[in-house]
Amino acid sequence: MSWIDIGTLNDIPLRGSRIVKTEAGCIALFRTAETEVFATSNTCAHKKGPLSEGIVHDRKVTCPLHNWVFSLETGEAQGADKGRIATYPVKVQDGRLLLDLDAVLAKVA
Amino acid sequence: MQKMVIIGAGMASGRMLEHIHESDPDAFDVTIFNAEPRGNYNRIMLSPVLAGDRSFEEIVTHDDNWYADNNITTRFGERVTGVDRERKVVIGEKGEVPYDKLILATGSSPFIIPIPGHDLPGVVGYRDLEDTDAMIDASAIRGSSAVVIGGGLLGLEAAAGLRMRGMEVTVLHIAGHLMDRQLDETAGYLLKLDLEKRGIKVITEANTKEIIGNGKVEKVLLDDGTELAADIVVMAAGIRPAVQVGRDAGLDVGRAIKVNAQMCTSDPDIFAVGECVEFNENIFGLVAPLYDQAKVLANTLLGKEDVFTVRELSTKLKVTGCDLFSAGDFAEGEGREDIVFRDPKRRVYKRLIIENDRLIGAVMYGDTADSNWFFGLIKDGTDIEEMRETLIFGPSFQGGGAAASDPLAAVAALPLEAEICGCNGVCKGDIIKAIEGGVTTLDDVRTKTKASASCGTCTGLVEQVLAVSLGDDFEIKAEKPVCKCTDLTHEDVRRLIKAQELKTQPAVWQELAWKTPNGCHVCRPAINFYLLSDWPLDYQDDLQSRFVNERNHANIQKDGTYSVMPRMWGGMTTPDELIAVANAAKKFDAAVKVTGGQRIDLLGIKKEDLPEIWSDLNNAGMVSGHGYTKGLRTVKTCVGTDWCRFGTQDSTGLGIKLEKKLWGSWTPHKVKLGVSGCPRNCAEATCKDVGIICVDSGYQISVAGAAGMDVKMTESLVDVATEAEVEEWVTAFVQLYRENAKYLDRAYKWVAKVGLDWVKEELSDPDTRKALVERFDISQSVYQKDPWADHVSNRAEQYKHLADLTLEAVT
Ligand code: SRM
Ligand SMILES: Cc1cc2nc3c(=O)[nH]c(=O)nc-3n(C[C@H](O)[C@H](O)[C@H](O)COP(=O)(O)OP(=O)(O)OC[C@H]3O[C@@H](n4cnc5c(N)ncnc54)[C@H](O)[C@@H]3O)c2cc1C
Ligand code: SF4
Ligand code: FES
Repeated sequence: MSWIDIGTLNDIPLRGSRIVKTEAGCIALFRTAETEVFATSNTCAHKKGPLSEGIVHDRKVTCPLHNWVFSLETGEAQGADKGRIATYPVKVQDGRLLLDLDAVLAKVA
Repeated sequence: MQKMVIIGAGMASGRMLEHIHESDPDAFDVTIFNAEPRGNYNRIMLSPVLAGDRSFEEIVTHDDNWYADNNITTRFGERVTGVDRERKVVIGEKGEVPYDKLILATGSSPFIIPIPGHDLPGVVGYRDLEDTDAMIDASAIRGSSAVVIGGGLLGLEAAAGLRMRGMEVTVLHIAGHLMDRQLDETAGYLLKLDLEKRGIKVITEANTKEIIGNGKVEKVLLDDGTELAADIVVMAAGIRPAVQVGRDAGLDVGRAIKVNAQMCTSDPDIFAVGECVEFNENIFGLVAPLYDQAKVLANTLLGKEDVFTVRELSTKLKVTGCDLFSAGDFAEGEGREDIVFRDPKRRVYKRLIIENDRLIGAVMYGDTADSNWFFGLIKDGTDIEEMRETLIFGPSFQGGGAAASDPLAAVAALPLEAEICGCNGVCKGDIIKAIEGGVTTLDDVRTKTKASASCGTCTGLVEQVLAVSLGDDFEIKAEKPVCKCTDLTHEDVRRLIKAQELKTQPAVWQELAWKTPNGCHVCRPAINFYLLSDWPLDYQDDLQSRFVNERNHANIQKDGTYSVMPRMWGGMTTPDELIAVANAAKKFDAAVKVTGGQRIDLLGIKKEDLPEIWSDLNNAGMVSGHGYTKGLRTVKTCVGTDWCRFGTQDSTGLGIKLEKKLWGSWTPHKVKLGVSGCPRNCAEATCKDVGIICVDSGYQISVAGAAGMDVKMTESLVDVATEAEVEEWVTAFVQLYRENAKYLDRAYKWVAKVGLDWVKEELSDPDTRKALVERFDISQSVYQKDPWADHVSNRAEQYKHLADLTLEAVT
């Protein structure tokens, strides 16, 4: 594991999202609750919609282009839609956001 | 006998001494220091002492006799200033004591936020008897007020205690809801209601700027300019482990003094216990784990094997009437599921978090009777697969008897004076009275009470009142609910938001018995609109409840870029504006399209470039065209009397006036206007939401047209003689639409539901018209601002990526 500091919790609005650029493409960070953050691929499994622009509800996000809903925990598409987005380890420590870059890059390799 | 010295006579070391003295009272010759001028007391119970429910004597755990009976030498009121590990002596303010084994049990200190004025007399933490006495003294002055900074456990207990003593109390909390570390928003919302009921003022998202006073605190100033009078300021913004003695002695210190599972520090003869300890990156702030540590330490010192492990924790608040419980984990981890139960009538909220068929977290408010059972399931990791369906109803439901959430809960919970029918001012009580008088059908209710007899949008609610009162004898026509989060329809929700004066999203979720923790992508934008349209001055618009286009104030394209469309008032522009548009198009490499709405669209702009292109267009005096909103879009005009040989009135000028009046307002769906200078209708006014045809005698106003998926001609609303009347009628119509329509109904769909006759009836009353315009103006005082300029100055950061890791290598 290599935890990389990418910013503070408060950089992401509650139920909002920000992106981080990596060699593996854009990673979206979603803040689902005061101190809960998930990291997934920013690219929708349907037609590559930018998931970070979707509405965040519970621990899910709805894609802004055609309303596919993904679990931020498992990456699975919900309901009748079939597909999956990559999820990555992220943690909040003393208000800082730490992303496991090894895991991100491992998925490209 | 071995010599043991203890620094700190608090709850952790006190418990450890009890264990040692039970097992082997003669094992050590003990000396104990305490900075406080007294021995161990039950610190938790300072809150009841503050509230006046207990006296200090009642919460003393170890009195002088206890220390004497156990042959413990006490050095109370004496602070330890250092430890000399070479000579193995502890240095107190009044002299040294040698040790064989040393125990650090120094606890924590309140964190005092270093804002200007934090050191004024009258600013206290909340940790010990001195702090408690200072608060009690402050409350003795009649009519005095207190400000508590921090809406966590300690802050709220302080606030409740001070309020009990008759002070005016305000709690300032930096997060969006109270106790945000332990509760979710709904539980935080219910807690706030209960505290407000006891007369405590709560301000969330409060940033304290300064404490002001001449020689002692007088007032507290917030970032937004609010000033609060204060005779005492209680800082309850968190605690910091007291590590000074350990750090000075050269022990391993992280966030606190590091120990192993035997509570031993980096020096084999020095141990630590309590809140001053860090174990496996954990630090502690509640007594349950400290008691575990105390037992482990006692065993270690007595040569018995024992290991400290971190257990699940639960939180309760010791404020009577605020019944809450929170336990376990809400963060991190994969594959979780929520179960939510709400009973608006009893103000109950329960949420369970399940992962891999195990309960891993729980939040409850209002009814915590089963909390220990749930906590047990969490701690034991019980497999709950079998009882998943009924789990939330608690232990008494297990093993038989299914229960379902009640779709009528929200209406059943309504008080009798809640207004059900807005048109005719009919309350729930009036309908119940009619039912008690023998009425059994919707039609009868309409005749008897007039409820649901006008625009009809409250029909669903009237039916539910019938169903609640008549039970199985009344069958409701199933209307489609908003979404899977609720059984209520849009119309029901709108009426209930007004009737119950619900002003926040958590209030809607709780009082209307939402089935999910915080809604979904279908209901959230709708609720956000209803709240901002009904309570423009109270509600805070929530960007995270808006579809991407409205959040980013631009239309998203299929490739993730955006289009940017400035307003061209009434379709008029100038050479300077065109130059600015052309420059922007070149600079950002945009495609340029003349739209069907008489303006120019720049397509293919990258998200990170949006603030810059907006700022360029702003500098040329142009504002957002709202081409992406459920709000006012365009007002199409024709050239009118200015140029056209047939023009009867200044259609261009009137169109611009109307656009300037209405722009920036949010509506249930988009709103488009057309103003044509004569019946030849070059502005296509008669297929718009509102169309105006100028004639010699004045203006024909017609509404409810469509030219999208449906094509429909407008219907005549009224003919008027002056531009001022046009403005008044059109504004009143738009406001009536804003206040009553279902989210995502275009005006023509809404008019079809309520009937044009009803609309005419409402608008033909001059007083109603005036009141509608007034309410519209109030809303515009908040919402008529250029969102581009606003985002450029306040939100530009959000358009950038958070970090760029493309240059980071694999480790
Ligand atoms: C840019 C424009 C087409 C153009 O190149 O001219 C346009 C573009 C879009 N229209 Fe439109 N409409 C445009 C004029 C119209 C018109 C004509 C008019 O306004 O005179 C209509 C018919 C009148 C009407 O509004 O009913 C029109 C009826 C629609 C509809 C159907 C609405 C309905 O109730 O039936 C939609 C779908 C919706 O809103 O749900 C729609 C939705 C859209 C969206 C926003 C689709 C979307 O959600 O992404 C398109 C955005 C394209 C983009 O990526 O920027 N657009 N659209 C026009 C912008 C006008 C402006 O200056 O603001
Ligand atoms: C008002 C209040 C309400 C609370 N309610 C709850 C609750 O409901 N549930 C719960 O689980 N927890 C609650 N807590 C937290 C709980 O009281 C603490 O977790 C617990 O007291 C910590 O025990 P400790 O022995 O580590 O520290 P303490 O009890 O703070 O003892 C440390 C002692 O060390 C002394 N000391 C520090 N430095 C020196 C030095 N250099 N020389 C000599 N002496 C020193 C201090 O004066 C202090 O007396 C509450 C706390 C407060 C203040
Ligand atoms: S007509 Fe259809 S394709 Fe053309 S702009 Fe309107 S929504 Fe898009
Ligand atoms: S691209 Fe995400 S739903 Fe179609």
